[in-house]
Amino acid sequence: MKLQELTRPWAAFNYGFLDESAKREIRRRILKAIAVPGYQVPYASREVPMARGWGTGGLQVSLTLLKPTAVVKVIDQGADDSVNACSIRKFFGRVGGVIETQDTQEATIIQSRHRIPEEKLRGDQVLVLQVPDPEPLRTVQSDMSVAREMHGDADYGQLWLILYEQLVKSGRIMQYTEYPSLVNGRHVISPSPIPRWDVLKLNEADHLTILSAGREKRIYAVPPHTRVEPLVFDDVPYRVEDHQDKTCYRTNVTGFFMNELPQDDGSAKFELSDSHFGVKHMRKAEGEPVEIGDTWYKNGKMNR
Amino acid sequence: MTALNLAAATQITHQPPRLMLAEPMLTMRGISKNFGDVKAVSDVDVTVYPGEVLGIVGESGSGKSTLLRMMNLEETPQAGSYHLALPGREDRDLFTLDRFERRSLRAQHIGIVYQNPHLGLLMGHTNSGNVAERLLIAGKRNFAELREQARQSLDASEFPVERMDATPRELSGGMQQRVQLAKAIALEPAVLLLDEPTTGLDVSVQALVLDTLKRLQRDRAITMVLVSHDLGVIRTMADRVMVMRRGKVVEQGLADQIFQDPQHAYTQQLVHAKL
Ligand SMILES: Nc1ncnc2c1ncn2[C@@H]1O[C@H](COP(=O)(O)OP(=O)(O)O)[C@@H](O)[C@H]1O
Ligand SMILES: [Mg+2]
Repeated sequence: MKLQELTRPWAAFNYGFLDESAKREIRRRILKAIAVPGYQVPYASREVPMARGWGTGGLQVSLTLLKPTAVVKVIDQGADDSVNACSIRKFFGRVGGVIETQDTQEATIIQSRHRIPEEKLRGDQVLVLQVPDPEPLRTVQSDMSVAREMHGDADYGQLWLILYEQLVKSGRIMQYTEYPSLVNGRHVISPSPIPRWDVLKLNEADHLTILSAGREKRIYAVPPHTRVEPLVFDDVPYRVEDHQDKTCYRTNVTGFFMNELPQDDGSAKFELSDSHFGVKHMRKAEGEPVEIGDTWYKNGKMNR
Repeated sequence: MTALNLAAATQITHQPPRLMLAEPMLTMRGISKNFGDVKAVSDVDVTVYPGEVLGIVGESGSGKSTLLRMMNLEETPQAGSYHLALPGREDRDLFTLDRFERRSLRAQHIGIVYQNPHLGLLMGHTNSGNVAERLLIAGKRNFAELREQARQSLDASEFPVERMDATPRELSGGMQQRVQLAKAIALEPAVLLLDEPTTGLDVSVQALVLDTLKRLQRDRAITMVLVSHDLGVIRTMADRVMVMRRGKVVEQGLADQIFQDPQHAYTQQLVHAKL
């Protein structure tokens, strides 16, 4: 018998790019992250053909979830058509033979940086968020082993203290993204650089959210129907960006998160940040039979 | 009659003060704590009654700080038990609490002021924030109330409230101790622990801080345990005194009795050196 006969036939890469042992490890970490909502599970971040810091954490999780019938959407700053989003989506198509989509409704896996789609996600969909910095305590504790102890003790007084001092100094809370939020009443997470607008979409959602930081090698999760509460004082309500009365200049749609486009005359125009949501509105206006899904926000207000 | 026997005799003949007729607020029994070969605290009993100030005096290295850290549940002894008269918790040996329960009990019911303000304060945060953090850890979530309670607590510590939003870094040593004090009393603790709170301060500043402590004690009847190597500080503040040496209690009694009629040779030496 020759050694050659024992080895598998040569292939350019394994299905889903990562080898099976890497996927198995990541699946185990994901299961643990789901079992302990908000707890940061360390994992061995693998090399993928992308630089760390460009969403390698999200990429590895998505690769692990791929199957040939998966329908994958990739968002970068709300847009499906940015270079980064396109090339990641195409990569999933090449290494997983998956169906690529821009439509939130159709997708089974949505990998995103900076935004959560405006259309509500369902229980059969998984949201994968790319996370640059998973540690909400980093601002108050530079020693990560101490930070882990603080999570163990649920010692979050200093995170509250930062919000207290922002209110004292500025009269309002200055935390715009990565707004610290308590998951399942136990672990505080940094919900990645999504705006405050989107943090509320994580609360008691139907879908599973997996957050993954490739450089920092941490996976954490918000399982379906789990409480996610931004840290707020009883007498100072949580405020989302005031986009509720802004109108998208392309679609005439009002009440969703907008990109601000500064104009030469000093004014600003607004367009829907969720680009494919905008595309659907335009197609519908042109008479195409487009189905726009139920949205988290209605008339600019979170729908609860 | 040896000095020790005499001490025992004196204790029996003295009428206990009114305060001592109440149930103790703090009870420690048979506390021993070793660090390797070092017997930092050996078989020590402590009883503190509600509203009194217990002074613990002794030379450097006699185990005072170690004992106080155990009272603050920062450290667990090899032997001994610890009870605080907290409603519903009277029967629980606090050393058997888990880490979580300890933290919460400490935040809610024990206040501490360290000699080194860096141990007690977050230097980069504001003075009011340092006090507020304590309230936040205890679960208070109303911003206006946090603000008001921090202000009141700083005011009670005779800290100039117009400086409440500066940082401790910008303050003198005496002022830093007042912030620590404000933080320690913010939740009206069952017991306030003070570890050399005025050591290292100028004498005049020290007198002012002690004044504040005395006033607080009078106004609020806070139960205090005050540790100092300085007999003068103990004399100013304490109702009862415990003298420690090499991890052991060599003498204890009412402050007047200890100062006017010290029994143990070591105490006599301390008192005479001071006078
Ligand atoms: N963390 C520690 N590790 C080792 N030895 C310690 C520790 N803390 C205190 N000790 C020792 O225990 C003894 C009592 O110290 P301490 O309680 O600080 O005394 P005091 O406060 O009366 O000066 C000293 O011999 C000291 O060196
Ligand atoms: Mg000491």
